[in-house]
Amino acid sequence: MRNAIITTLCILLVSCSSENVPQNTGVYMLLDTSGTYAEELQKAEQIIRYTLSRLGETDSFAVARIDTGSFSEKDIVAKASFDDRPSAVNRQKRVFAQQVADFVDNADPAPYTDITGGLLQAVEFLNEKGTGRKTIFLFTDLKEDLQEGYIRDIDVPLEGFEVIALNVTKLRTDNIDPREYLGRLEQWQGRVEKTGGAWRVINDLDGLEGLL
Amino acid sequence: MDFLLGITPSPVISALLWIILVVAALYLIRRTAHQTIEAAAEGLHRAFRISSKAVARSEKMLAARNREVLLAHGREAKERIIEREFDRINETVRKDLANYSSLHRSLSESISRIEKDHQEAVDVPPDPPGWVKAVEAVAEMDEKAGRAHIGNILSDIHKSLVKAHKEAMAAYHEASAKRHKLLRHMRPEWRHIQQKLAAVGKSVDSLLGRSVTIDRHMQDYEDIVRSHDRAGATLSSSSLVNFFVSAFVLLIAIGGATINFSLIARPMAEMVGGTSLIGGFRTADIAALVIIMVEISMGLFLMESLRITRLFPVIGALPDKTRVRMIWITFSILFLLASVEAGLAYMREVLLHDELATSALLRGDTGTTATGQYLWITTAAQMGMGFILPFALVFVAIPLETFVNSLRTVVGLAAIWLMRVLSVLLRVLGNVFLYLGVLLKHVYDLPLFVPLWFEERMSQHADDNGESLLGRAGQ
Repeated sequence: MRNAIITTLCILLVSCSSENVPQNTGVYMLLDTSGTYAEELQKAEQIIRYTLSRLGETDSFAVARIDTGSFSEKDIVAKASFDDRPSAVNRQKRVFAQQVADFVDNADPAPYTDITGGLLQAVEFLNEKGTGRKTIFLFTDLKEDLQEGYIRDIDVPLEGFEVIALNVTKLRTDNIDPREYLGRLEQWQGRVEKTGGAWRVINDLDGLEGLL
Repeated sequence: MDFLLGITPSPVISALLWIILVVAALYLIRRTAHQTIEAAAEGLHRAFRISSKAVARSEKMLAARNREVLLAHGREAKERIIEREFDRINETVRKDLANYSSLHRSLSESISRIEKDHQEAVDVPPDPPGWVKAVEAVAEMDEKAGRAHIGNILSDIHKSLVKAHKEAMAAYHEASAKRHKLLRHMRPEWRHIQQKLAAVGKSVDSLLGRSVTIDRHMQDYEDIVRSHDRAGATLSSSSLVNFFVSAFVLLIAIGGATINFSLIARPMAEMVGGTSLIGGFRTADIAALVIIMVEISMGLFLMESLRITRLFPVIGALPDKTRVRMIWITFSILFLLASVEAGLAYMREVLLHDELATSALLRGDTGTTATGQYLWITTAAQMGMGFILPFALVFVAIPLETFVNSLRTVVGLAAIWLMRVLSVLLRVLGNVFLYLGVLLKHVYDLPLFVPLWFEERMSQHADDNGESLLGRAGQ
């Protein structure tokens, strides 16, 4: 009996002493709305719906547009930190999906593309949420086009983040000189991995199983 | 190695020298070495033999203890059975034979009524009086000698006869009707008596049957009390059967509890949250498990209070009034928990539909979100299962009690079997070491074959010399 009590106490102590690491996931998706890429938003909506279906209780999800100056909360289209009750989560997902659908229907093309600013905003959002797993989706052609005066030549702290570039479309100039396309991919991979982030590219949107 | 082979200029000679030295050394310490090997082998042999005997003794003690426990359980079970049989007899006697006096009175009254009716039924009606007048008229005929009146006389006789016949027939009909009426009255009385006697016969037959059963149980009980081998073997065999049967039923119950768990674990997340953990396990799962455990505990207490099982002697020994209160309390808690489970099962269905609808919306598939008209069947089935399973789990107490009781015997039997095997193994090992010692001695002697051969030759020679000396001395 005494041994049983001691064993139980030991198990309890071990379970209490184990580090309380969050197991939830945080996803921040950046949508490029500039120029011709705005036409790709229907695909982005599919990805958002798929992501919503994969996320669960206490996970966080935000969708933001990339425009002239993306380092701003105003660019967040929809965001949600899911409740830990399943019924509430379903309700939040439906509202989220509706907000995204409304945005896709009424999105205006942006004149410039500030991807770095969006990344910084994503890092800030996910760090604030403190999720266990942090993922940033880049739904863009990775062609950054900054308005004059905007300084974005800075390192984005991506330690512990996974950055996934989705649907990186080839521009007309890429067809003439594919090195431009490959150079863009290489440049972004370098930027992400330089600051400790993990980089992945998924162009085949039919195979989203490994996305999350 | 070079050093060993370098003691002489020729390595071969060095090797030979070493061999001779080693053999000589081995030969010199041969007796001591043999004694050492012998002592070690003997020591190990004895140690294993003693261990084997100790294990065998423990096995016998365990077998005796096991037998005692088995007989004690058997005695207790038989006492319980006999007690219940007597209870049933008591109940039969109380119910059927307690009102024997009233039954006797009722039967006596019925018989008296039948006797009376029968007596009245056999009464003969009086003779018709019509012949008197005719006889008188014939008697007067000789006195007056008037034959002219013969016609009148005969006419009177005829009239009298007809009248008498009519009266006799009327009396006869009346008497018959009365008798029939009396006999009709007797019929229900006969039936009443027949029914009463049949009931009494049934009760007596039941009592006789029970007495035969009690005789059989008493015989078994006496065998157990006298510790007969037959009783021990029967109890051991039945204990094994009970163990496997109860284990099988418990497995089924575990399956039921698992289904029950899956019914309530999901909606529990709505109450306690779906992500909080306690000791690495989801709080919702723990909460669902706790509910099921509480239900099983309540079921155990209910069965104990009903005196169907006897796992907790304290409950069985409670006063009847307290016990009845406990029955109602445990039943009420069970009912409440079953209702909660039914509600949770309904909630589960609602959540499932909600989740399906959300998934369909996210897939962009709006066609499948419409709920079918027969979905209420699954909802009702889940609610029914949620309500019934807690009550079904109540009956787990019966196989659990059998399992616990038979487990002691089965574990004892397994331990006896293991100890028996261990004892044989130790005995075999002891013998192996003994013969290993003999073998080692022979192996030791193998390199010493040369000096041993010389020794043998020398001793043979010495014997031959001794014999020849003795022969000469004899001559």
